[in-house]
Amino acid sequence: MCGIAGICTLEGSKGISAESILRMAGALNHRGPDETGIFLDDSIGLGHTRLSIIDLSGGSQPIHNEDETLWIIFNGEIFNYLELKEGLIEREHRFYTSSDTEVILHLFEDNGSSCLSMLNGQFALAIWNSVSKELFLARDRMGIRPLHYVVHDHRLIFASEIKSIFMNEEVPRKIDPIAIDQIFTFWTTLPGRTVFQGIQELSPGHFLVARDGAITIRKYWDIPFSQPGEQLDWPVERICGEIQDLLDDAIRIRLRADVPVGCYLSGGLDSSGITSLVKNKFNNRLRTFGIRFEQGEFDESKYQDCMIDALKSEHTDLRATNDTIGATFPDVVWHCEKPLLRTAPVPLFMLSKAVRDNGFKVVLTGEGADEVFGGYNIFRETLVRKFWARQPSSRLRPLLIGKLYPYIFNDPRLKNTLQAFFAKGMEQTEDPVYSHLIRWENTSRAKVFFSDDLAAAIGAYSGYEEMKANLPESFDRWDSLSKAQFLEMQVFMSNYLLSSQGDRVAMAHSLEIRLPYLDYRIIEFMGRVPPVLKIRGLKEKDLLKKVFKGVLPEVILNRPKHPYRAPIQQSLLNPTTHGSADFLSTESLGAAGLFDGKKVEKLLNKIRKTNHATEVEGMALAGVLSTQLVFRQFGTFFTCDLPHDVVPTVFVDRRKAA
Amino acid sequence: MEIDNAIREFLAENFLYGNKDGLPGDDDSFMEKGFIDSTGILEVVSFIEEKYLITIEDDDLIPENFDSINRLVNFITSKRKTNV
Repeated sequence: MCGIAGICTLEGSKGISAESILRMAGALNHRGPDETGIFLDDSIGLGHTRLSIIDLSGGSQPIHNEDETLWIIFNGEIFNYLELKEGLIEREHRFYTSSDTEVILHLFEDNGSSCLSMLNGQFALAIWNSVSKELFLARDRMGIRPLHYVVHDHRLIFASEIKSIFMNEEVPRKIDPIAIDQIFTFWTTLPGRTVFQGIQELSPGHFLVARDGAITIRKYWDIPFSQPGEQLDWPVERICGEIQDLLDDAIRIRLRADVPVGCYLSGGLDSSGITSLVKNKFNNRLRTFGIRFEQGEFDESKYQDCMIDALKSEHTDLRATNDTIGATFPDVVWHCEKPLLRTAPVPLFMLSKAVRDNGFKVVLTGEGADEVFGGYNIFRETLVRKFWARQPSSRLRPLLIGKLYPYIFNDPRLKNTLQAFFAKGMEQTEDPVYSHLIRWENTSRAKVFFSDDLAAAIGAYSGYEEMKANLPESFDRWDSLSKAQFLEMQVFMSNYLLSSQGDRVAMAHSLEIRLPYLDYRIIEFMGRVPPVLKIRGLKEKDLLKKVFKGVLPEVILNRPKHPYRAPIQQSLLNPTTHGSADFLSTESLGAAGLFDGKKVEKLLNKIRKTNHATEVEGMALAGVLSTQLVFRQFGTFFTCDLPHDVVPTVFVDRRKAA
Repeated sequence: MEIDNAIREFLAENFLYGNKDGLPGDDDSFMEKGFIDSTGILEVVSFIEEKYLITIEDDDLIPENFDSINRLVNFITSKRKTNV
């Protein structure tokens, strides 16, 4: 696990300095504190910061092929590298390291871009062909590892994180109004876009080739769903058996490392399932890590304790208090590099530090199960609303909504209005984004705080239209659950969950997360399973629960679903966290020009007076504060100085003048 | 102040943070226009109870009474009559 960065000349002969690559690598030091490597020739500079996990002594990067015509820098892991290596050795490739990185390079040498379909892993990589002068960038199928780029002044500048690109002072650092509109709709930007104008993210499952001054981008994988009629007709037992086998193997290959691997354990079904399988089948001396909250409504300690008892694991927990969440929020925004409408990334940021402090570099996590196996309420909500829409006058059908959200329906006074709320747009069942409209429209209400200038810059732009225009060709023929799963995975999971609650908050403390549920074999298999088996009646993740029957305690199998959330206004408007007040002052808001200072002031006064924030007000508070932080952190506060005394452990200089 | 103006002022302050231009029309549905979120209606209820000193029963909490400015005005007017 590492950070990668580089500059590739597209036109002209302006040289690339070692110092500029070193600066870019220095900004990624947190991703790879163990080693730094540099490669330079007359057309390209590559930088790599390494977190050593496989082949600790020999895997220094950049790595080259036999005749040193191909050079690779790599962030991530290829879990099936041992199997792939066997075939390469048979084809007489010679290896000088025992790393997974070298395997990719030889595989690319033989197969070009089609090597990507053979990789089972989480990665962002750059390969330079010094003969054809071709640069190849690629990102894993789901987008677990980040990769950003910009074309500026006839150069392609790329890096794991945007702050590394910005170490080139000439690259403009301007907030993109359309990105703000997207974040205040979808909680994140849509694939490809970042919050900064001109800075792109290579989308998950895509690769980029730069050659002869031209850039081409291609998709090599998409989230697969079979349409009705083409789905599996296997008996449930056989489907569960297949899931079991795939999950076992996904875990087995994700335990490959030359350092110890721990597990995150929240007490939820997903992480409990992973930790139990690790304990039962692979590692009896299990080390687990979990979060506990000061505020009861967010805390899952009861179930976490139950699992610790059952597993007898050596467990470390991190207590997330409102004070520490508020005080840590600015650091989290700096690492996430985008506005956040939630504080949920913060405890994960704090947890990764605790894990590192305990000497672990790698953990398995339960992320992805809700998306792949159908665990989210939004999926069940879609099914219920469609069921209700077939008989809108039914008095019984709307009661099902209350079953999905017992924690907001527990106020009897709200029953009728909440039902009316969920009835909104109920008849629009043919809308391709039907499942998510309520959530997105609710989030969009926070746009009331946009300044007139920001609203004018956004104009008539519609994120919905952009999203609908980019749906897969077969999307219309999918069932409603598959559609909802796709939207959730493509928008929310890839761009928010795997980033702001995944890679960024873990790598901030040099911790690698590995996600067995997002093994592409599991995703592809579950894409063929009929929806009725995924959510039975209102029972979410039914197949996964069947697989874990006998593995997990009954209390975990039958527990109500508890969405992972963290306190917002209690943390951000906390008297002990003075920092936020400065960023939310009328002067500060006016200087940034993105939000209406008077309205924000009224919002803050209202929350302080009532000590309560509605769902939308909480999102607005977090969104406004984090946008202000991004504006400052990457604006006037940003410095292009070399942040650390970085000395390269590998320095390959192939410049003619050198 | 007339009931309808008091309601408009409350809605603008509370849900539009002072922006009167964004107020819905008198017959526009709050829910349909996305003006009030799922729990916002309780803030309206508290406002009415406190300002007009009327008690609102759970059974009163239906969209027919609460889902537009005019519906609120009618509801408050009839409640005050019955309370008197």
